Amino acid sequence: MTKEFESPPNGPGRLKAFMRSREASLFLLIAVLTLITTVLNPRFLSPQSLKDLMLNVSIIALLVLGQTIIILMRQIDLSISSIVGITAFLSGTLFISHPGIPSIVVVLGATLAGLILGGINAALITWGKIPALITTLGTLYIFRGANYAWVHGRQINAVNVPGSFLAIGTATLAGIPILTWIVLILLAVFAIGLRQYGAGREYYAIGSNPNAAVLAGINVSWRMATGFMISGAIAGLAGVLWLARFGTVDATAAEGIELGVITSTVVGGVAITGGVGTVVGAVLGALLLSVFSSTLVFLRVPSFWQQAFQGAMLLLAIAVDAYLAYRHALRSRVKWSHV
Amino acid sequence: MSQDQKSTRRLASRLNWETILAVLLVIAIAGGGFLNQDFLTPENWSNLLANFIEIALLALPLSLIVITKEIDLSVASILGLSSSLLGLLWESKVSMPLGILVCLLVGAAAGALNGFLVVGFGLPSLAVTIGTLALFRGFAYVLLGDKAIADFPAEYTGFGIGTIPNTFIPSPFALFIILAIVFWLILHHTTVGRRIYAVGGNQTAALFSGVNIGRLKILLFIASGAISALAGIIYTLRFSSSRADNGTGFELSAIAAVILGGVTVQGGRGTITGVVLSLLLIGILNNVLTLADVANEILRIVTGSLLIVSVLLPNLIASTSERWRVRQRLKEIEKIEAVSAAK
Repeated sequence: MTKEFESPPNGPGRLKAFMRSREASLFLLIAVLTLITTVLNPRFLSPQSLKDLMLNVSIIALLVLGQTIIILMRQIDLSISSIVGITAFLSGTLFISHPGIPSIVVVLGATLAGLILGGINAALITWGKIPALITTLGTLYIFRGANYAWVHGRQINAVNVPGSFLAIGTATLAGIPILTWIVLILLAVFAIGLRQYGAGREYYAIGSNPNAAVLAGINVSWRMATGFMISGAIAGLAGVLWLARFGTVDATAAEGIELGVITSTVVGGVAITGGVGTVVGAVLGALLLSVFSSTLVFLRVPSFWQQAFQGAMLLLAIAVDAYLAYRHALRSRVKWSHV
Repeated sequence: MSQDQKSTRRLASRLNWETILAVLLVIAIAGGGFLNQDFLTPENWSNLLANFIEIALLALPLSLIVITKEIDLSVASILGLSSSLLGLLWESKVSMPLGILVCLLVGAAAGALNGFLVVGFGLPSLAVTIGTLALFRGFAYVLLGDKAIADFPAEYTGFGIGTIPNTFIPSPFALFIILAIVFWLILHHTTVGRRIYAVGGNQTAALFSGVNIGRLKILLFIASGAISALAGIIYTLRFSSSRADNGTGFELSAIAAVILGGVTVQGGRGTITGVVLSLLLIGILNNVLTLADVANEILRIVTGSLLIVSVLLPNLIASTSERWRVRQRLKEIEKIEAVSAAK
């Protein structure tokens, strides 16, 4: 009877469990891909191209943090790209209308704006009882439409933005861009928060079994609302960092990036059926996609192939997830038949 | 129960979604005619109907898919793929009829891939069709890159922009009318239609009553793919332009029309009549706003809001009436208790 549950893996067991984890296989894939590309084109591992790679992946990786929480709850947030677009332009406007405004105020302002837009999603989903797909598909267009109406053909240029702020997107610290440091710190916060804290575990519980989560006394609506607000706030932060990274922002900024974010998250092992996955895996998923697209560039594959590959990767990832879940179910059934 | 309550309930049962849509439609037409004297001209109606033909085509099979509790977000990408393919085939000297046939087959195959992934692997259709949304649009770019092909034969583009002789109805719109009747017959007057509702209402119950759920869903996805490809062909002929980004974002308008038409994402509910009425309503709204020189971005906001409001409003009405019923019940109980306490 006491042997019915496997003891938590430790020592070699833990290593074995790690080797079998999604994170390890993603890491391996990234290493193999890097190796192949480097052999074919040694410039791939030059400091400049590594820095470009880190900068390219950073904003997607940041958005992946919020999307992970959403997908863990078996929901989806399609509106993030429009929130990034609005907050990027908002940040630029703040710099223009208030010369000398401290960068940190702009960062906080954009994050707050993102939180409010995420709050609109949250209110519609939890109190309006509209499915997240419908809500965020609607707000994807509403936010973007509002952005177009507000921007009205204008553009923010790098000259409008203080150099100290643009440094966030270009300067490095210990060889790693500051932008990437921000993402790494937030990644650590999210990884620990989702793993070690009750609130974090509740996101998993809601996604694993929504009815059981209610019976376990979780305030599902509130927890769900916080998830969408976090996703919005993260998108707001990504918006202000988008401005720092690119310097120029018009009404089309970040249009369509939600596809890449969702693909990264799912490729990173966050199951679309909810309750399974980690932020570390999801960020590795973003890194894998980014390395893959640089590989395509280095191999001189026309950029038109990018989108098709992205779609194929997403389909492959969900198919693999379904297969693994099926095998797991099969194996656990065998185990129980002995009892 | 008082007489008054009975009559309100009878009114409520008669006030179904289609009636509300029909009333809104009449208001929209009257309002449009009142606001703009160009609105009720045959030329404008010809324009109005032509402008939403692709979205109307996408919405028909999509309604059936949503009734079975699935979704197809890849419709606009199949439209783009078929448009690009038609251009490429025409450029490489393939005859038009053959090109059109190939496009329809490729669309059906694309839909079959969706259906196979959803049914064969048991994957959620939302995730699958987000994936194929990128995949099929990606294929369109692989085929055409950023090229545009425009020199289609005049007799075909003539069909795209022409009208049915002696009417203001655009010729491609005739295709929509035929397909709408076919879908209406299938959904409301055949056993296939009953099965579609059964699967959406309760999949397990449908399974136990012998519905071949997998085959039904695959067929629906194939129909969706083929009709999306047809929409792509019409789009190409109407604008005489084949580009990889044709119809980007049309899935939102199609889904908005389906949901506004009274089809619920929880499955099992909705009618073709409702969807056709909501398509007309959206078409008229877009037309009136365009005539009033409202910018394109406002149209986006309106479509997005329509999508949300058409779910939010029934939800709010349902929860308010539920609360009202509970309060009435509580009052009755209090009354009975008061009576029994007095005794």
